[in-house]
Amino acid sequence: MNSDNKLLSGNEAIARGAYEAGVKVATAYPGTPSTEILETIRQYKEVYCEWSVNEKVATEVAQGAAIGGARALTAMKHVGVNVAMDPLSTFSYTGVNAGFVVVSADEPGMHSSQNEQDNRYLAKFMLIPLLEPSDADEAKRMTIEAFEISERFDTPVMLRTTTRVSHSKGIVSLGQRAEQPARGFKHDPAKYVVIPVNARLRRAAVLSRLERLKEYSERSDFNVVEPGRGPFRRIGIVAAGIAYQYAKEVIPDASFFKVGLSNPLPVGRIAEFAKSVQVLIVVEELEPFMQEQLLSAGLKVIGKELFPRAGELSPDAVLAGLYRGVESGLIDLSSDKINVADFSAPDVRFTPKKAFTVPRPPTLCPGCPHRGIFYVLKKYKPIAMGDIGCYTLGVLPPLSLMDSCICMGASVTNAMGVGKALQWTESSEPVVGIIGDSTFVHSGITGLVNIVYNKSNVTIFILDNGTTAMTGGQQHPATGRTIRDEPTSQLVLERLCEAIGVNRVRVVDPYDLDAVDKVISEELPADEPSVIIARRECVLDRLRKGPPVIPYIVNEQACVGCRKCLELGCPAIITVTAPSKSGGEQTKARIDQFLCTGCSICAQVCPVGAITVKKEAQ
Amino acid sequence: MNEGKNLLFVGVGGQGILLASEILSQTAMLSGFDVKKSEVHGMAQRGGIVTSHIRYASRVFSPLIMKGSADIILAFEKAEGYRWLEYLSPTGQLITATTEIIPTTVYSTGAEYPHNVIDEMRAQNVNLLAVDVAQVAENLGNLRVANVVLLGVLSTRLDLPHNRWTESISALVPPKHKELNLKAFEEGRRLGSAAP
Repeated sequence: MNSDNKLLSGNEAIARGAYEAGVKVATAYPGTPSTEILETIRQYKEVYCEWSVNEKVATEVAQGAAIGGARALTAMKHVGVNVAMDPLSTFSYTGVNAGFVVVSADEPGMHSSQNEQDNRYLAKFMLIPLLEPSDADEAKRMTIEAFEISERFDTPVMLRTTTRVSHSKGIVSLGQRAEQPARGFKHDPAKYVVIPVNARLRRAAVLSRLERLKEYSERSDFNVVEPGRGPFRRIGIVAAGIAYQYAKEVIPDASFFKVGLSNPLPVGRIAEFAKSVQVLIVVEELEPFMQEQLLSAGLKVIGKELFPRAGELSPDAVLAGLYRGVESGLIDLSSDKINVADFSAPDVRFTPKKAFTVPRPPTLCPGCPHRGIFYVLKKYKPIAMGDIGCYTLGVLPPLSLMDSCICMGASVTNAMGVGKALQWTESSEPVVGIIGDSTFVHSGITGLVNIVYNKSNVTIFILDNGTTAMTGGQQHPATGRTIRDEPTSQLVLERLCEAIGVNRVRVVDPYDLDAVDKVISEELPADEPSVIIARRECVLDRLRKGPPVIPYIVNEQACVGCRKCLELGCPAIITVTAPSKSGGEQTKARIDQFLCTGCSICAQVCPVGAITVKKEAQ
Repeated sequence: MNEGKNLLFVGVGGQGILLASEILSQTAMLSGFDVKKSEVHGMAQRGGIVTSHIRYASRVFSPLIMKGSADIILAFEKAEGYRWLEYLSPTGQLITATTEIIPTTVYSTGAEYPHNVIDEMRAQNVNLLAVDVAQVAENLGNLRVANVVLLGVLSTRLDLPHNRWTESISALVPPKHKELNLKAFEEGRRLGSAAP
């Protein structure tokens, strides 16, 4: 085995590619499935890297670095690109100086996202080149190529992955870092100051660049024909990214046009390829991005007739689509050497029955500090506008407290809007916004300014667990530590809120249910905006750092089986059948000693004091 | 080179499934195979279902296994083993821990946990090996190594060199727990070798 080969995820490979390409600046706000790119880059001491406040800021810092002459990369999840669109779309006009790459990690299937938008359209919309790796090794090579294209054509480049590229590991061949000389900053206002007189000229430059990129795409080594074999060679597959791997898996002998540089699409060469096959099929995840362009170029091509537009593709879905195509005659091969049986799915012997399949949605962790807030707040029956983070899980039973989750920061301003709308109704329901510390810094602050300025009276909860928890625990300005865990100036949330003009700022420990109840009862009725900061370290951070957990235990003699503790929805609390005082049997609570983190809130809700720390019980 | 395999690891967030799948992938790579593995991070991990697809062969395209194509499903929790049975090849084997992790839906929505799921699978003639790896881990003094015990059981069903396994474990577990994990792996191998 080559000792320079390493098993890397797509994200780790992008980081490696950026390193080898001589990147000097890398920025990101964490977001699944993109987070590991910066977490890997921070190991390379040659690179300046940062967790930025949000994706717009990340893009602008990397943009400034490129304009200043250093190769720069910024990485984000698909919806993060929405936040970054303002600086990105005009960056297409100004051009870059040193190479600039934006990584868009899309999430078909929405494993940890609020939508599954297809960001290939954003590259087309911004008139910038788009590269789509299909596995980790290609992710590394395409990252290097992306910087070459960026500098050669003076354009930002989008590298687009999906979850199954970002989070799949494969063997990657490692190279050396090619250090790039710093180009330095050159004063060039006609290029970088987009007042209308300049922007009009740049617009023309962008369109002429697009023509040159089209020629380049037609010649690119990342757009390749892979000839087929035997009777299947007459089937022509056009595919990019992970869809290529699925198609190659289920129909390896077909002819392939493998697309790597997908904007501008090499339509001329695909048209040539079409002549060599009997039927042309686009296999692509989500939207018919390539299919539409090939149709409008006049090619006879099928795709979304066979494969789903919603959700992730899989080898199973690709095979099923081909099967349907052959069966229905949409794929007409006029050949007796291929028939529909060639596209049958593998034999599935065992199908689980519903009765034995228990739902297991993600839940707040045992000891999660958010749990106490939800438990107490629920009693007040509020309209709770939510946000992006672990606390969105508060929507699930038994806590069942979350009325919306739209985008980063929306809780604050959605709550304000709902509050305004209710004045025309009889409703007296309290309106709250619930947001995490990292999300608040990302894009809740401006909303809070708006609330104060425009005289809203809603209550905003900042659930401050001192980290960006959902994505695995990253630093942010209010933690006072950098991406490399160096100490830095700490944003103090309560002082920030006061400076914004919030007169009622309360800080409470969410592990202290009585204190939480008291604060909520005082703040909800207030006739002005108030902020409740619920501050307690993320339980996962606590478990990593110690001290050792002292779990709680249920005294079965004392437990009356009232199920009050089960209303917390803590995964550590289960029930068992135990002898009752009257001699029969009764359902009683039990705490899983492996899962319990000793947060104590079940002990606080137990009406008979049956739950105590383990030491005392023994 | 001997033939490749499709392995599906399934269980619940927090059981150490991703570390176990990393160890297997590394072992397969060190043994000279092309390897791909795929899993989902983020919200999916918070006490929810975790799966990791691992495929090794002389050349691998898709990182995902097709339904009906897993040579082995390694279940770290028994109800999860049942949930993913569709992926098992007709000639494949399910190796499952007897571990039960009751989801909160049992108390919040009245869902039922299938305590008798192993009997149900035996009734359906699933080629099944059920092992109490939690007990073995507890005997070793640390419940958290149950994942590596299960990996030891799995290793007796795969043709990958023993020294590659130990090399990968040593490289991937925290240094202070290296000896314990190597011991857990050997205990798992004993369990696997003793089983039919």
